[in-house]
Amino acid sequence: MPRDTLIRQINQIQDEILILGSMVEQATLSAVQALKNRDTHLAHEIFEQDQVINEKRFAIENAIITLMATQQPMARDLRGMTAMLEVNTELERMGDYAKGIAKVVTRIGEGEVVIPIQEIEKMAEIAVSMLHRALGAFISENSSQALAIPKEDDQVDELFNQAYRKIIEAMIANPNLIDHTNLMLWVIHNLERLADRVTNICERTVFSATGELFEIDGMDEDDANV
Amino acid sequence: MDNNHYILETQNLNIYYGNFLAVKDVNFKVHRHQITAIIGPSGCGKSTLLRAFNRMNELVPSARSEGKILFNGEDIYDPSIDPVEVRRRIGMVFQKPNPFPKSIYENIAWGLKINGFRGSKSELDDLVEQALRGAALWDEVKDKLDQSGLSLSGGQQQRLCIARAIAIKPEVILMDEPASALDPIATLKIEDLMRELKENYTIVIVTHNMQEAARVSDYTAMMMLTGNEERSGTVIEFDRTDLIFTRPKDKRTEDYITGRFG
Amino acid sequence: MSTTTLIRDVNFERDLSIRKIKGKIFEILAFFAVLLGIAMLLTLLIDVFFDGLPWLSTRLFTEFPSRFPEKAGLRSALQGSIWLMVLTAAMAVPIGIGAGVYLEEFAPQNRITRFIEINVANLAGVPSIIYGLLGLGLFVRQLGLGRTLIAGAMTMALLVLPIIIVTTREAIRAVPRSIRQAALALGATDWEVSRDHVLIYSAPAIMTGVILAMSRAIGETAPLITIGALTYIAFDPKGPFDIFTVLPIQIFNWVSLPQSSFHGLAAAGIIILLLVLLSMNALAIWLRNRLIIRW
Repeated sequence: MPRDTLIRQINQIQDEILILGSMVEQATLSAVQALKNRDTHLAHEIFEQDQVINEKRFAIENAIITLMATQQPMARDLRGMTAMLEVNTELERMGDYAKGIAKVVTRIGEGEVVIPIQEIEKMAEIAVSMLHRALGAFISENSSQALAIPKEDDQVDELFNQAYRKIIEAMIANPNLIDHTNLMLWVIHNLERLADRVTNICERTVFSATGELFEIDGMDEDDANV
Repeated sequence: MDNNHYILETQNLNIYYGNFLAVKDVNFKVHRHQITAIIGPSGCGKSTLLRAFNRMNELVPSARSEGKILFNGEDIYDPSIDPVEVRRRIGMVFQKPNPFPKSIYENIAWGLKINGFRGSKSELDDLVEQALRGAALWDEVKDKLDQSGLSLSGGQQQRLCIARAIAIKPEVILMDEPASALDPIATLKIEDLMRELKENYTIVIVTHNMQEAARVSDYTAMMMLTGNEERSGTVIEFDRTDLIFTRPKDKRTEDYITGRFG
Repeated sequence: MSTTTLIRDVNFERDLSIRKIKGKIFEILAFFAVLLGIAMLLTLLIDVFFDGLPWLSTRLFTEFPSRFPEKAGLRSALQGSIWLMVLTAAMAVPIGIGAGVYLEEFAPQNRITRFIEINVANLAGVPSIIYGLLGLGLFVRQLGLGRTLIAGAMTMALLVLPIIIVTTREAIRAVPRSIRQAALALGATDWEVSRDHVLIYSAPAIMTGVILAMSRAIGETAPLITIGALTYIAFDPKGPFDIFTVLPIQIFNWVSLPQSSFHGLAAAGIIILLLVLLSMNALAIWLRNRLIIRW
């Protein structure tokens, strides 16, 4: 069969991306867990894991570039590979967001702080679920699924607003805890950005499958044409 | 007549060798001052189609064509048109470099002489120099114009053939796999040359090397065998090269360029 | 497959030796064939040289044939041969090349031309005496030209014409199609392509063919005897309408005389004839090499 080598190697890279994705999902959930339990030990583990994530990201990037040089992909294959490069980068950034949350955990240490943990947990849960499904859609080139996922970003945004208000109120009510409480803003910011990046992954999925590149706006259903 | 953009246009072109339909129902337009590539698997009729443009098919006794090829709006297959005149204005460069067994100078001067050049020797010298410069060959051969054309390397010979073709100032240059007999560096030089030539000429190139078509052409025509017994070639897709190679419309085109074909 | 074990058997080794021996035997036989051919040729040459060398002198060139061997020479025969060659060439070469070019370049491909092609090739193989008879009947008698140089030349022209036509066609066929296509693609007419490329490219081969045809003509005896060149000529031929004799015939003449001195003279004549033939062949080869390597 022609291009066996290429197909096999593309599949290998896809597997690696899925692995990277699950590392990121794991890191995100762990970071939120560490925050909930004020577990600095866990936070340090997340730092180490981030190293692994970064290395994996570079390994995947290298593999894709090598494949492009040696196999001269065209059309669909080419779009797929450039999309993989983008997704790879997005995942690594998402890993950084998880690490950022872990950093907050170490910064606040044992100190007293108000944490809107319910909203934070929920945001993480939704974002990670979105990511998981988005990667599935990406690998299987399912553009209709990919177009549907970004809508859930609305929920994340809504939770962000709720958490934001709570944090601001807490800061006004306890000005002596501002130093630490304000770090909570970073946490919810990271989670919200993480969900946004999932939307990017969905856009790449549509591009790879159809050749159309456009922004998927979760709010506006009119943009969704396949 | 709207022929400002399109210098060549085929209309329902069918080319037969005896009873065998080699090229079927081709309709496309060649844009002026652009490079158009014709790609496709071997045996699908690319060269036959190319040679229809300068009526070189007629050298095969059993060849005949139906339909029209419009060159600046006029049908070159009209009985009143002399193929010799067509070839003067639509030139050709072949796959294997074929300079004449004459001096480099004579290779170029001959075409000029038979096409009615009447002028002084120094005017002829100028035209020869111009042609050689146009083919990016002047600097390499200016000191050895009276040496045999065959003493040059493969890539230089091909550039000599290009110089020979452009010396008589055609409007279109047809190239039949011009770089397939050359090494990669010579190939890239020819490609650079094609980009320069585009300014003054229109180029139509047949190539089986997809990367070359992708690198150098502005428009690409994808040819493939179709028909009942899969023996007639036709153009299944024609579009801007960037579109053909990133998101082709026809699945057969995509299969071919991603290498899934066959 | 059990044959794999068999292959490693002794059978295989033996096969190889037998095959090599067969090759060697053939090589040896071929070598002896060559040896035989060369030996016969050498015998002839050595014999001729022994007989003829003493008789080689400038007298051969200046004296006419005579009853006295010491006074005999090839003057008239040499002149006859030269006249004959020139006249034959003057007629055969233009017609032969012209016909070859026409048939190969311009004639349409149909049954008539195929018919002509086959017959021209056949004519090249017709025994030369037939040409002699044709010449005798047509040129000497019918046209009333008598046994003159012109009649002889016309006869010889007919003889070499098929050879020239065939070699011309072969030479033209050898011109690569790519050259023609390149020339046509520049907007050249068929005639321009023929004139400036095909003929020039094939000229060396055509020339070689002409020279080889002429060197055949020089050695032909039978047709000339038939038209009556076997005479005692003791004067310089004055023109095409004069009677004549040629070198091979004079040699033949001397060989048939009883005196052994004449045999020596004949041998000397053969040496001269061989030298002429050799130089013509050498010229042909040199010309072909010279003109082909250039481009």
